[in-house]
Amino acid sequence: MKTHFWPALKLTAFSILFFSVVYPAIVWAVAQLSPTGGNVEWVKKGDQVVGAKLLGQSFTDERFFLGRPSAVGYNAAGSAGSNKGPSNPDYLKEVQARIDTFLVHNPGVKRSDVPADLVTASGSGLDPDISPEAALVQVPRIARLRGVSPEKLQKLVEAHTSRSAIGGVATVNVLELNLAL
Amino acid sequence: MTTELLGILFIFAMTVALSIPLGRYMARLYAGESTFLDAVFGPIERLFFRASGIDASREMTWKDHLKALLTINLIWFLWAMFVLTNQSWLPWNPDGNPDMTPDLAFNTAISFLVNCNLQHYSGETGVSYFSQIFCLNFLQFVSAGTGMAAAVVIFKAIRDRQTTELGNFYDFFLKSCTRVLLPLSLIVAIVLVFNGTPMNLVGKAEYTSLQGDTVQVSQGPAAAMIAIKHIGTNGGGYFGANSAHPLENPNYLTMIVELLAQTVIPLGMIFAMGFYIRNRRFSRMVFGVMTVGFLLLLAPTVWSEIQGNPAIDRLGIAQTHGAMEGKEVRFGATASAYWSIITTVISTGSVNSMHDSTMPLSGAMELLSMMTNAFYGGCGAGILNFYIFIILAVFISGLMVGRTPEFMGKKVEAREMKIAMIVALVHPLMIMTGTAIASYLASADANMGWWFVNAEGQPNHATAWLNNPGFHGFSEMLYEFTSSSANNGSGFEGLGDNNPFWNISTGICLILTRFLPIIGPVAIAGLLASKKYIPESAGTLRTDTGTFGIMVFAVIVILAALSFFPALALGPLAEYFSL
Repeated sequence: MKTHFWPALKLTAFSILFFSVVYPAIVWAVAQLSPTGGNVEWVKKGDQVVGAKLLGQSFTDERFFLGRPSAVGYNAAGSAGSNKGPSNPDYLKEVQARIDTFLVHNPGVKRSDVPADLVTASGSGLDPDISPEAALVQVPRIARLRGVSPEKLQKLVEAHTSRSAIGGVATVNVLELNLAL
Repeated sequence: MTTELLGILFIFAMTVALSIPLGRYMARLYAGESTFLDAVFGPIERLFFRASGIDASREMTWKDHLKALLTINLIWFLWAMFVLTNQSWLPWNPDGNPDMTPDLAFNTAISFLVNCNLQHYSGETGVSYFSQIFCLNFLQFVSAGTGMAAAVVIFKAIRDRQTTELGNFYDFFLKSCTRVLLPLSLIVAIVLVFNGTPMNLVGKAEYTSLQGDTVQVSQGPAAAMIAIKHIGTNGGGYFGANSAHPLENPNYLTMIVELLAQTVIPLGMIFAMGFYIRNRRFSRMVFGVMTVGFLLLLAPTVWSEIQGNPAIDRLGIAQTHGAMEGKEVRFGATASAYWSIITTVISTGSVNSMHDSTMPLSGAMELLSMMTNAFYGGCGAGILNFYIFIILAVFISGLMVGRTPEFMGKKVEAREMKIAMIVALVHPLMIMTGTAIASYLASADANMGWWFVNAEGQPNHATAWLNNPGFHGFSEMLYEFTSSSANNGSGFEGLGDNNPFWNISTGICLILTRFLPIIGPVAIAGLLASKKYIPESAGTLRTDTGTFGIMVFAVIVILAALSFFPALALGPLAEYFSL
């Protein structure tokens, strides 16, 4: 133990220098060359910052497309999922209530057309996306409240749907879609 | 769904394709042959060694290796404790996060030291930027390097026939960090910053949302840490939600990169072993056994996540995209299921969906991945764990055919078997006793006194640490000890674990289940290496064949099934049948 102590201590000091100073510094320097410069990518309306591209935000105003339920209320000071187990009775009641609320506010939508992502909380509580189905099911409501044609809104949703090149997962960024309204 | 299945198939194929050349490179590196990074890192390493007074060419015995390894780990532990309990006044704390309590600092320091990264805190509120970079990010490098260095001792002991000279710990350790972990981490970090992961020293930002809410956004030097957390199979996230956080894992592409990053070294080590000991058949056998195990764990998980939650089905809505609670839309259920098994077989423990909310069958598979703790495994640790199973299989098959057990031309005798059994038993012992104590306290709803207080400082009752009732509550406690004992670090995160009871109990579990599985295999390898080499004969049991592979697999299954089936039956399986 004793013969190893001083060499190990010195090697530790050098390793800290290398892995906690040099390495992060290189990453930071390269980040300066990236489009966001190592910062959060902000979304602006006019010259006012109204959100971050990658971070979901809370929409409760029925005239907007609503995002997913969030365990942290979309405050990105923190992040968490609900951690509710699939058999938890209180959790299932909560989901039931979300479905009922959604159906009341979206008359004409069949229960079997409500997509699961609209009534379940995401892992981070900051999910910026919903599925295309979750956007399309809200079209009639928004068309009615805003007095625009459903066809126009459907086209808008399609224009904001992106698909991952591998895996083909389709997403709609809620903030960008709402900004385009 | 089909394209999503093809997606994960593609990711797995990519992983194997990348890990073979990486394995070849690592074998050359550890054998001391020239590699293309010599010109860059050679001078730096020589400088470090000279300035530290280390002769990196001095051959060590297995005991010297362990002394060096344990001494330097102790120093890292003390450094981590110092930083975490003093972070409030140390620099780079723009959000003004407080010092950790001693029990949380103990748990965090141990947990990052042993490559587990249990994280009983949330990154946004629990640590400063200084702690993230100078403590956690640092330990993520060196703990991975430690595991790899220990695995190389085994490679060398197997290859060199009859010897007590097993290379130099510092040499193996520093090379692993500078020539494998660092370059790969740089690549991953660069991909991340170009996809929107922050890398700055700015504190929380604030903005007003489209409908007028004031919202804060945590940021900081995230990209560097997220890269090494995967490359080093650590799993400790920068943000609380780990790789489910949109800044930590912005899109499907970064998810692929993070998946590749955590799988490539463990798989690479398997192939490196084959190249190094000049027996590629042997590493194909190991890879085959591990892959069969992995696929058997993966298939039910993917299936049950695609099916969705039957209880939600009964509410009459559409689960076309599978079970979505705790998942991110951009990853989908299929890739999240794949990630949940990769991260548990490989002891990474980073998550892109919340395991507490996965289906019961998936929860059972995640638990079983960590309980067997034999398929792929962490950086270096995977080889060390598997080595024990090989020794056990050699012994049992030796007895079955009535010959003295031999492994690679060395007699396996009582002393080695005793060590192997201790290492094999410490894992179930820690999981079972830990879970038994915790669930006894929860079922009696004991008043926990100092061990578990609420926000007002009043003693809590034990059930208050559960986030879910019934079978699932039991699974939360079982998962926490399983994850600790497998040095994994993922969690059923609903569990209220930041209190002295969980911090201290899992902390002790972590120390034992990290260092015994390093000491044991290194000791066995060292003892075997010093024995007389017996040339192969017609009666030798070959260990590089499919038959022996089946034998190893049977040992793993029997050991895991006998030890853990009752616990799984009480938790996730009971939940599955009652759902």
